[in-house]
Amino acid sequence: MGFSKSSSSEKTHKLDASSFAPLSARRLLVLGGIGLILVGMLFGDIFAVFVLHQNAAHVGASLAAAAHAALAGDRSAVLASFQDVGAFLENRGTKVDTHVHMIDFGYLALMLSILQPWIAFEERTKRDLAWLFLAGGMLLPVGVFLIHYVGLAYSPLQTIGGASILADLGGLLVILATLGFLLGLVKHFRSHAPAHVKDGLLSDRSAPGRLLLAGGMVLVLAGFLHGAYYSGVDLYRHEALDSSILMEMAKAAAAKDGGTVDRSLEAYGQLQGDKAVKIAAHAHSIEFGLLAMMLAFFQPYVRLRESWKLRWAYVLILGSVLLPACVLMELRYGLVAGGLADFGGLLVILALLAMWIGILRYTGQLDSQTGEVR
Amino acid sequence: MSGSRRLLIFGGIALALWGMGYGLWYAVFAEHQVLNVIGASLATAFDAAASRNPGASETAFRSYKEAKYVYDRQVDVHGHWIGLAMLLIVVGIGFDRVRFAERQKLVLACALLVGAAIFPLGVLLQTFDHGAIPRGIAVLGSVLVIAALLVVTLGIAGREAPSV
Repeated sequence: MGFSKSSSSEKTHKLDASSFAPLSARRLLVLGGIGLILVGMLFGDIFAVFVLHQNAAHVGASLAAAAHAALAGDRSAVLASFQDVGAFLENRGTKVDTHVHMIDFGYLALMLSILQPWIAFEERTKRDLAWLFLAGGMLLPVGVFLIHYVGLAYSPLQTIGGASILADLGGLLVILATLGFLLGLVKHFRSHAPAHVKDGLLSDRSAPGRLLLAGGMVLVLAGFLHGAYYSGVDLYRHEALDSSILMEMAKAAAAKDGGTVDRSLEAYGQLQGDKAVKIAAHAHSIEFGLLAMMLAFFQPYVRLRESWKLRWAYVLILGSVLLPACVLMELRYGLVAGGLADFGGLLVILALLAMWIGILRYTGQLDSQTGEVR
Repeated sequence: MSGSRRLLIFGGIALALWGMGYGLWYAVFAEHQVLNVIGASLATAFDAAASRNPGASETAFRSYKEAKYVYDRQVDVHGHWIGLAMLLIVVGIGFDRVRFAERQKLVLACALLVGAAIFPLGVLLQTFDHGAIPRGIAVLGSVLVIAALLVVTLGIAGREAPSV
């Protein structure tokens, strides 16, 4: 690449500038993908700080109101409280889905961008597929986010709202675009003599790349092992407890036993908290591991000094470890652990933003060089 | 591109498409219905408790338990198929860094692909049969993925060690 004060890896592994041309499929997918991940993560952090805990408290309060209404024999209050529970759960569920889908589409966009040299279509077709993918990748999370606010208003269907239809359409666009890329890949390998593709992006063996790849693999493995432990030790116990505690609560309400109702409510709240932190730790460890592994491949595009690239790689790995570890400790250490977990999420966002800016700087350099040649 | 790498990348994209297709089907035809059953049965159970009718309450809770069991697994299947598919693609992209011979890498790729496909399948089968076979399939799938990934990690670490 020949940048001043750049790494040795940058000197030895030349990148093909044409594969990262302005508005090329690869550039669209890299910048769009990281953008989707950043927005999804920021949304997740804002949701965790300002909505998640408050929402959980509302759900708990509405369930308590339903149980006490049953205790008092007030059937209409029971139904009203459960309507509240449903609304709060829908609010929470759609926000979690928005966060998860936006990030996952970003991940998929990054992976598809790496595969571009093997997609045997004209650049224009690849670009159209990239736009289709990014449009679907935006449409689905936005649609899901709107479900709670739009409901069934203006919907042509009786049970599925307009926002849900929008979200499903987004999902369909993503599927079609991914299918298109898969066909391009098949076309490449079905040709009589598939062209030998040598992509400089995958030849990089720089220190930040190695750190991100190794750290990512360890994070994914840790997440898998934790998931296996959770499903072996906690999953079935949690499922059994979920219904047995609720049943005990209802039975106690029918028997007008207020003390047992309150104890059941407390036990149910603790169970939900225990479930939530364990699943969140499992999911975040794997997601951050995957992100680190993917970013390892894009390090040649990050136009920052080698020392800064390494620092940001460390920051990303540190945040990726901090968030799941602190989430797991939230039940024992409360807000301190929760705050540290949010800080870990912020570190990941900052590191990702820094790398994104580094890639933007690279595109600027590339475009100005192309302009000089013209 | 080597055969093992191709298997992981093609298999990963195919599995991602399968997982997304399943998610789309689930969102349109299953999710709303299951959520309605969960909400309605829970409300019915407490309504029956308010009417001092423990029998009806217990019946409603059985319905809640079954619907929740199915819902949790359907969501897990969607998430795990796509998550594992992405892992296959990423590992496939970086598979040239694994220092083993191509034949061993092909075995690893097969183990990863089979594990990634059958682990969520086993979870999905649990919604039809609560017995040991679906659970066994899910456990086998997860063991295959974890073991293969562990070996891949060692393969990458082995190559990188001298240059550090």
